[in-house]
Amino acid sequence: MIEIKELHKYFGDLHVLKGIDLNVEKGEVLSIIGASGSGKSTLLYCINGLEAIQKGEVKVDGVSVHAKETNLNKLRTKMGMVFQQWNSFPHLTALENVALAPRIVKGRSKAESREIARAQLEHVGLNDKIDVYPSALSGGQQQRLAIARALAMEPEYMLFDEATSALDPELVGEVLDTMRLLAEEGMTMICVTHEMGFARDVSDRVAYFHEGVMEEIGPPDQIFNNQKSERTAKFLANVR
Amino acid sequence: MNFDYTFHWRPVFRKLPELLEASLVTLQVSVLSMIIGIAIGLVLALLRIGGPKPLAWVASGWIETARNTPALFQLFFFSFGLGAFGLNLTPYLIVLMGLSFNNAGYLAENFRGGFQAVPDTQLRAARSLGMSSAQAYIRIIIPQVFRIVYHPLTNQLVWAVLMSSLAMIVGFRELAGETQAQAFKTFRIFEYFAVAALIYYVMVKLILGISRLLAWRLFRY
Repeated sequence: MIEIKELHKYFGDLHVLKGIDLNVEKGEVLSIIGASGSGKSTLLYCINGLEAIQKGEVKVDGVSVHAKETNLNKLRTKMGMVFQQWNSFPHLTALENVALAPRIVKGRSKAESREIARAQLEHVGLNDKIDVYPSALSGGQQQRLAIARALAMEPEYMLFDEATSALDPELVGEVLDTMRLLAEEGMTMICVTHEMGFARDVSDRVAYFHEGVMEEIGPPDQIFNNQKSERTAKFLANVR
Repeated sequence: MNFDYTFHWRPVFRKLPELLEASLVTLQVSVLSMIIGIAIGLVLALLRIGGPKPLAWVASGWIETARNTPALFQLFFFSFGLGAFGLNLTPYLIVLMGLSFNNAGYLAENFRGGFQAVPDTQLRAARSLGMSSAQAYIRIIIPQVFRIVYHPLTNQLVWAVLMSSLAMIVGFRELAGETQAQAFKTFRIFEYFAVAALIYYVMVKLILGISRLLAWRLFRY
């Protein structure tokens, strides 16, 4: 379970997150929507400790992410992260991209980690691209590679930071399908997304962020059809 | 103008073994100065990017001096300069330190450019997988930087080989020094330096060829 309490985050003078309270249960799929600059991506970075926080607390399975004594490298193996700019490692083949972290972070043997990598590449439908370098993959394939790479660490949570925003329109579908597949398999997911269809169909809950505040959170039906907040309604009226 | 100079190549060819041996010294001191230069250059680059202020200044001073003053003067510093303080190094050490100093300065800027060319997001992605900072640098960042600086690195090695010829002025017997010593025994100065130039040319071409082969082998992506 991910517990976020009274979380405040500043970039210099800029107050990016203004007291976020949020719990995400095991097995839940949460989508976060909102305008650019509303703090949704920053929240993900705070959850896996890539960003420091100024106030409040983030706990993952009871472990405080920003406490000094926390072994962040170890904690991060529980949380896979997929970025907007997929960030495949260009100097490694698809297989090596996925096999690297299990070997050097988790200490798996070379053969074991390659086996894990092969299985995950198949999982995301890249079994025919094993020995290919990322430069020869399309954006959608690179994003699926990034998902396989995160899954290879056998995470309990997956954080998606606008995973389809940088993709050509015709490539969005294959990545969303992969994310749907994970959701069906019961993965706990937090998805920052601009894909309203995905948020509506796949999520258990949807949260709307506005200027660093979680304006509204609830089941997709509430957010998309019976908004309690004016702001949510206005935002959705604009994106549709 | 009357051209009445007669070429005599025989004396040069008789001393060819000595010249070739001296060219090995050239290669050795150049390669060694590159290895030292790469190690120091990497440190200078990292210090200039994100080191504590005083150390970043030292790094900047080193880089600026190495790049913006004559290489010959840099050699003089390690010979006459240090000599004035009673520190008399052997010619070999003078040349090795001079070349390393110069290489480090130039390579530092190459490395700095390389580090800046690798997006920050690569580091984030690596860290998000649970890699430590050191693991991320060694496995993800530095291999990418290495590819970016590979050709500049080759250029610098060529430059080091050619620049090492300045060593003859501080009395070191690498190829240029040896050539000069032999040339002034027979006064076949033109012939000697022509042959030496040819040897330099072949060495540089060899380095470039090997570098290209290695690049082809190393960078499959």
